[in-house]
Amino acid sequence: MKAWDRVLNARNVNRPLSSDYIKALFDDFVELHGDRLYKDDAAIIGGIATLGGMPVTVIAQEKGKNLKEKVRRNFGSPNPEGYRKSLRLMKQAEKFGRPIITLVDTQGAYCGLGAEERGQGEAIARNLMEMSSLKVPIITIVIGEGGSGGALALAVADRVWMLENAIYSILSPEGFASILYKDSTKAKEAAEVMKLTAQDLYELDVIEKIIEEPGAGAHESFEAIALNITALLIEEISVLKAMPIEDMLEERYARYRKFL
Amino acid sequence: MANIFKKTKYVKMNVVSKQEAPSVPSGLWVKCNNCGEVIYKEDFHSNLKICGSCEKHFRLDSSTRISMVLDEDSFEPMDEDLQTRNVLDFPGYDKKIKGLKESTHLNEGVVTGTGAIDGNKVAFGVMDSRFMMGSMGAVVGEKITRLIEKATEESLPLIIFTASGGARMQEGIISLMQLAKTSAALSRFNDAGGLYITVLTDPTSGGVTASFAMLGDIILAEPGTFIGFAGPRVIMQTIKQELPEGFQRAEFLKEHGFVDKIVARAEIKETLSQLLMLHGF
Repeated sequence: MKAWDRVLNARNVNRPLSSDYIKALFDDFVELHGDRLYKDDAAIIGGIATLGGMPVTVIAQEKGKNLKEKVRRNFGSPNPEGYRKSLRLMKQAEKFGRPIITLVDTQGAYCGLGAEERGQGEAIARNLMEMSSLKVPIITIVIGEGGSGGALALAVADRVWMLENAIYSILSPEGFASILYKDSTKAKEAAEVMKLTAQDLYELDVIEKIIEEPGAGAHESFEAIALNITALLIEEISVLKAMPIEDMLEERYARYRKFL
Repeated sequence: MANIFKKTKYVKMNVVSKQEAPSVPSGLWVKCNNCGEVIYKEDFHSNLKICGSCEKHFRLDSSTRISMVLDEDSFEPMDEDLQTRNVLDFPGYDKKIKGLKESTHLNEGVVTGTGAIDGNKVAFGVMDSRFMMGSMGAVVGEKITRLIEKATEESLPLIIFTASGGARMQEGIISLMQLAKTSAALSRFNDAGGLYITVLTDPTSGGVTASFAMLGDIILAEPGTFIGFAGPRVIMQTIKQELPEGFQRAEFLKEHGFVDKIVARAEIKETLSQLLMLHGF
C-alpha cells in the first residue's frame, strides 16, 4: 500500500476518533476541564478513568464527529491552553501515581493569531521538557494523524505505538510539499518520501509497536482493535510499573537521545 | 478614460522581508532596507550590523557573534566533525549541505563550545542562519544536546543564541525528534540547578521556538527579532485576516509575557555578565 493511501485512511471521515477509544478502552471516565490559566480547550479531552480496574489519566486530541462539533473542537488542532491543560493533568497524574495514556490525532498545533499571542511554542516546549521526566509511566498511541510538534507535545512517552494506518510526521504532506517542492498539490509525492507510515517509523525506531487494523481500516474493525489495545495497555503498564522509576526515566531519555 | 474603473494594482509587501542583508552596492556605502538610509559601510560593520539611523539589527554570523560576546580567544569549539545524514534520501540534500559547508566554513547550523564572559566559563551555542536558515536537523539537535550535557556535567552556565527557521524538513521525523531530545536534556540540566539563558535573535521560529528557545530560565531578545511558532504566511492562510503591526516581534512577545527583556546588541555582553554575577558566578 502506498503511503498516500495511509494518509487518506488516517483522514477517513468514518475513522474512529479519540472519543470512541475513550469509551471503548476505559471505564468510569470523568472528564476534567481547563488549564487554570486561561480557558478550556475542547481540542483536547482530558480526565481520569479506569483501565482494567486501575486508575489512569487519559489525554487525547479530538477532531469532533459532525461539523458543529468539529468547529467547537477546532478540528483537533489545540491552542496553547490545550497543551497547558494536558500538562496540568499530567502533573496531577504524577502526584497521584497514575499512569498516563495519551491518544494523538491532530493535523498539528493551531496556527492562529491568539495561539501565537498566548505562546504556542512555549506551551509545546514546556510539555516536551516536563514529560521527559514525569515519574509515572506514559504510553502514547497515534490513532490517526500525528502532525508535527502539535502531536509530539503529547508524545514524549515510554512507549509510542501507532495504528497500522496512522501517520506521524514533521509536517502534513501538503505543508512539506509546499515548503520543499513549492507546490502544496504535490502532497502525494511528498507522502512517499517523508517516511510517515507506521511501518517506516517502526523501522526508524521512532515507535515500538504497530497495532493492526484488520480489513480496510479501523472504521471496519474498531471493536477488535479496541479489545487488542486494552490488553496491550494493561500488559505494558504492568511492565513499566514493575521498573524502578530511575530506570524507566533513563530509558525514556535514551528513547529520544538516540536520534542522530 | 476606459481605465477609470480599473482596480489599482497595489504592490503587495511581504510580511517578512526576504532580503535580510541590506543591499550592498559595490563600494563604500550600504543602504538600509528598513529605513532607506544610506550608511557608510565601515560604520555599519563597526556598529555590529545595526543601522545607525533606524537601529534595525541585521543578522549576524556565528563567528561575529562569538567575538562580540565571548572574551578574546576564549572560545573552544566542540563537535565540529559531526556529519549530516540524508535520512530520507532527499534529492539534492547532500549536495546542498556540501555547498554550504564550503561557503560558510561551518559543519552545520549551530556552533557550540565553551568560552568565557568576563572571565566566567560558560557553555555557549550560537545558531547561524546562513546554514539552511539555522534549521534543526539531527546534527544541530545533537550539538545542542551535547552542549547541554556538558554544561550539566561541569556545572557551567548555559547560553544559547537562537536563530532558526525551525525543524529541518529534509530530515523528516528525525528532525522532529530533536525537539524532544534537546528538551529532555534541558530537563536534566534544570533538575541539576543549572542556569540557562537564551538570547533570541532574528529569526527564531518553528521547532526551535517549540523546544530549547523558550525554555530558558531567562529569555532575552534582540530588538525587532521575529519570534514565533507558525510563520506569518501560514497564519494568514489559516485565519484569513491581516496580521497586526509588530505581530511576532520581540516587543510583541515581551508585551505578552514570553520574553524577559529586550537587549540591544551592543549591551548583550554586559547584560549576560551581570546576570552571571547575579547567579553567583
